Amino acid sequence: MNRLELSGITKRYPGCIANQDISLTVQPGEIHALLGENGAGKSTLMKIIYGVVKPDAGEITWQNKQVVIEGPADARRLGIGMVFQHFSLFETLTVAENIALGLPAGQFRNRAELKQKISEVSDHYGMKLDPDRFVHTLSVGEQQRVEIVRCLLQNLQLLILDEPTSVLTPQEVGRLFKTLRQLAAEGCSILFITHKLEEVRQLCDIASILRHGELSGQCKPADTTTEELARLMVGDDTPLFRQFDKVQGGSPILEITGLVHQPDDPFASPIRDIGFTVNAGEIVGIAGVAGNGQEELLSLISGEARSAAGQVKLHGRPVGRLYPDQRRKLGVGVVPEERLGRGAVPSHSLVQNTLLTGFGQMVNRWGWIQRLPLRKLTQEILDKFNVKAENIDAQAKSLSGGNLQKFIIGREVLQQPKLLVCSHPTWGVDIGAAIVIHDALINLRDQGAGVLILSEDIEELFKICDRLGAICEGKLSPVLPASQVSIQRLGQWMAGEFTESASNQGAPAYA
Amino acid sequence: MDIDLLTNILFATIRTGTPLVLIALGELVCEKAGVLNLGQEGMVLMGAATGFIITVVTGSLWLGVGAAMLAGLFMSLLFGFLAISLVANQVATGLALTIFGIGLSAFLGTEYVGVGIEGISQLEIPLLSSLPVIGKVLFSHDPLVYLSWGIFAALYFCFRRTRLGLTIRAVGENPESANAIGMRVMLVRYGAVLFGGAMAGLAGGYLSLAYTPLWSEGMSAGRGWIALALVVFASWKVERVLLGAYLFGAASIMHLVLQGLGFSVSPNLLSMLPYIATIVVLMIISNDTIKAKLNTPLALGQPYRPQI
Repeated sequence: MNRLELSGITKRYPGCIANQDISLTVQPGEIHALLGENGAGKSTLMKIIYGVVKPDAGEITWQNKQVVIEGPADARRLGIGMVFQHFSLFETLTVAENIALGLPAGQFRNRAELKQKISEVSDHYGMKLDPDRFVHTLSVGEQQRVEIVRCLLQNLQLLILDEPTSVLTPQEVGRLFKTLRQLAAEGCSILFITHKLEEVRQLCDIASILRHGELSGQCKPADTTTEELARLMVGDDTPLFRQFDKVQGGSPILEITGLVHQPDDPFASPIRDIGFTVNAGEIVGIAGVAGNGQEELLSLISGEARSAAGQVKLHGRPVGRLYPDQRRKLGVGVVPEERLGRGAVPSHSLVQNTLLTGFGQMVNRWGWIQRLPLRKLTQEILDKFNVKAENIDAQAKSLSGGNLQKFIIGREVLQQPKLLVCSHPTWGVDIGAAIVIHDALINLRDQGAGVLILSEDIEELFKICDRLGAICEGKLSPVLPASQVSIQRLGQWMAGEFTESASNQGAPAYA
Repeated sequence: MDIDLLTNILFATIRTGTPLVLIALGELVCEKAGVLNLGQEGMVLMGAATGFIITVVTGSLWLGVGAAMLAGLFMSLLFGFLAISLVANQVATGLALTIFGIGLSAFLGTEYVGVGIEGISQLEIPLLSSLPVIGKVLFSHDPLVYLSWGIFAALYFCFRRTRLGLTIRAVGENPESANAIGMRVMLVRYGAVLFGGAMAGLAGGYLSLAYTPLWSEGMSAGRGWIALALVVFASWKVERVLLGAYLFGAASIMHLVLQGLGFSVSPNLLSMLPYIATIVVLMIISNDTIKAKLNTPLALGQPYRPQI
């Protein structure tokens, strides 16, 4: 008996087809990977199964019975649970309250019984949780456990996980996989969405690959090479892997010493005594799980937040008190994590968005906008960085995430910054676009600029960075040449263990 | 100060504070669900006018109170339709509702200005009301005051202890997540808005039928706005709303007391007292910015569009 069978699922949005005639089956106790680039339609398909999105055509069969899933509550009644990429948690409520809200009323007689059950289930699957903690005090990994435990408390038959590992340290990933294998062994089916191929090969029994909204193939990951999987994901005409040489930097461009910052926002992480240098002609990477101070660090360098003057120096000049426009004039380019809203104004055209950070060049001395050069520059960004947009007057929000990211990086790079600070350069970007972005960053480095990258994607950091460190709870690990950092060590740094232990010596660097 | 004067001051404090308690509790529920309704003032006036008119026409005070609540409910339904169903900007819609309410209530009530009625009489609770001081201060009010306490207790319990309370908070904090785990966001938001409307209407009815049994144009005198500020300063906590409302009540009768005692200060300065006092005291109790931020409904004022 199939646990779940989809046949002919189709979903169209204005201007694009998210899912085209997709059919697949999931067996009981199977860990089924759903692979695909961003915009391939993975999330839409999962939302259809979970009842959040209604398909235009197609049938869903659940345990051999045809069903129409009207909403998430319906799906959960059937035994389908889903953990979204962005958690459905309420930060100002406790763990127990969050879980109670996700369960049908009256499943537990009282709070005490619920808490008891939460402890039982979380212990059984090796996911320690304190039911009385407030969710905003939990780490991202712990928040994910809350989501999973919430699913487990209802007679769970199918668990859908949307890119669950993108927010975890390598150690946490290991623990999650252990839990998932135990769940599968007990008969629960798991649908695992990801674009990380190595994870699929480690964990999954079977993989379905989506490309441009269509099912492009199915395989047993254990018998398939990473290269073959990638090929199924991106199609035939995209080059797959590139290696970049590691270099040594020149004179310091950005010097940060004893940087401290206490943000006003209680949800933000403070910065605790950070010090490091970015030299000309090198890429420095800082790894870290989201919410450990990366955003704050970025805004302290860009000038959105200010520190004591001497804590941030550009070319030896203290700039800690300067505002973003003043720092930009000194040659600082910034690519923030949040693309719409901070990197670009959603409702403005691409031309206007180019003007936003390029105003020093595109405005004459009377404050008039130089229209033609501006349009030319925008077109150049689109051409050089292979941005797929209707034209240069298209609204920023009409671009897909990857294309918008290429646009923003292109805009910053073409201004020839002396220092480029880039948060998650390829997050949610497909392989083809990632290659364009990596090439651009390496080029910029080779032209002598300093590049600082804040990312959660360890693979990427090892690939393009010359020196590496990690940030955890606002503190920075040592920043060492990439060849001297093993993946285990980076993982420990990400978890806040900065002191060296003997056990991780001699492990090979991740390449 | 002699004990009788004190008793009278406290008694008047509760009476003056009651409409604020009602409006602010209604708005609190509304904001907890993530909807910012700036239409209080209009809803209160509509409640006051409608309640008064119905009472004059039918002769029944309780029909009047019912009509006041219905008027508030109707006004908030209008708001809900615009701001929730049609996803209009909540601030603009709320302001429009206030302006609409002020105008319409004045229009409806023109012929009733100066008409006198016998207001809702006090209900002295047997035994308890004969206690010294407390008896007069707490147990000799009209039934609507007791009702306001009942509603306060119900809301306190609701937000502390019940799933309904959690659901409302969840919807106000993160409607997308709430929807993802199967809550009916629209329904919860409509419910909260309608509750807020009924409460504002009830407050209006209290003003025109119990507090000063008469109708005059704009008689709510900005109470809708004060209640709105109360909710913010009380950092969305039910018990602080109650405290703030009575503080305001105390301060606003203080100028009468001071004048009565013969202090010669400009009456204009004195009538500023309640506003200043409310702001100062509530600033002190909501001093802790981190806590205040944790209490603020995160999605307050943000329209919610369900995915299709």
